[in-house]
Parts: sequence; C-alpha cells; structure tokens
Amino acid sequence: MIDVRLLATALEDDACLSYVASEADGGTVLFKGTIRNRTAGKPVLRLTFEAYDAMAVREMESIAAEGLEKWRCHRVAIHHRTGTLLPGDTAVLIAVAAPHRQAAFDCCQFCIDTLKLRVPIWKKEVFADGEVWVAAHP
Amino acid sequence: MLNIQLLAFGIARDIIGSRTASLELPDDASLQDLRILLLERFPAFAQLRSLAFAVNTDYQTDEYLIRDGDEVVLIPPVSGG
Repeated sequence: MIDVRLLATALEDDACLSYVASEADGGTVLFKGTIRNRTAGKPVLRLTFEAYDAMAVREMESIAAEGLEKWRCHRVAIHHRTGTLLPGDTAVLIAVAAPHRQAAFDCCQFCIDTLKLRVPIWKKEVFADGEVWVAAHP
Repeated sequence: MLNIQLLAFGIARDIIGSRTASLELPDDASLQDLRILLLERFPAFAQLRSLAFAVNTDYQTDEYLIRDGDEVVLIPPVSGG
C-alpha cells in the first residue's frame, strides 16, 4: 500500500508513521529531510520548492511501488513539500514498514535516493545576496 | 508544421522567461531537434548539468517524435528531497 502526497502545508511525522503501522511488521524506518541553515558556509534564509505536480506524484508512486516489490515491504508513505520553507522545516518524509528491519532500511534508502534522481521537484536556495537553483549547474 | 506547448520549471522557466510557451516545429521533428532549437535560442541551456524532456508526464528520450498538440515539459536537473 502506498500513500504519496505533495503538500503545501507542514508535513506531519505521525501521518506517515500511522499510515504504515501494521501488526504484521516488526520494523519501521522514517527518513526525514529537513532544511539546513547553511550551504557551503553561507547562511540560507529560505528555500522554495517547485514541482510539476502531476508527474511528481506519478514518479513518487512508481518509486514507492518499485521499492515495495523489490524489498517485499508492505507499506510506504512519501510526503513532499512545495512552497517556501525555512531552516529546520521538513521537506520530505518517507516511512517504510516491513516484517524485518533490513528491508525497511534498504527500501527507505532506495526511495529517497531515487526520488532525488528523478522526481520533477526543484528547490531554490535564497541567501542574503541572491538565489540559486540547487544542482542546476555542474 | 507541428504546434506544441512548452512547460518549463525551475531554472528552465527563468531561462525562457515564462512558465509556458507555444512553438512551431517541422512535421518530423524529434526532441533532439527541439533541443537544438532551444540551445540556439537560449544559449544558457548549454550551461546546465542536464536538460530532460517529458511529454504528458512521462520522461522521453531525444529520439521521441513530437506529435501535434504535445505538451513538452522542460526538466532541468531535479533537486527534490
């Protein structure tokens, strides 16, 4: 079972954890990606996330389905933010539950690594002296 | 001629100066041809780490033959998470 959401409001750990909770599973992993207050030593004021919504949701669903199948996990929740975030805010949550912990760790790592490679979401870092689209240039 | 809509995100939107744009291409145009045309009109695309295309929410390779009415999405390097 898969719960994918692209949200403009604050992400809730409990929403992901309660979605994946099941008596059939002995291990739950929650990955939480938060906004750092510095990039290469420069203070970050805020970040803006932009998404191609329809495709971002489809790609996250397909990644979650791939992870579930490959590691035989039961449930995955992926929640990702859009809009403006401040240091400390949560940008992404990925919760995975499986009968045993190794599958949950591996599936969760696959989901976040693959999300960063192919889900059409972009972040712009805003500094005191300008803005940068992250990873746009070599 | 093919009439297509471009949809641009992230730095690609900054480069073309708007979220959407209309474009005419020759009948047998592929995404490779679109890439060449974009690089001619907007040299800043050459500075990016990558530029991928999607058509109707699916990634497509440069060999994809564009169809009249396609919405082609410009996908600069993604940075979610």
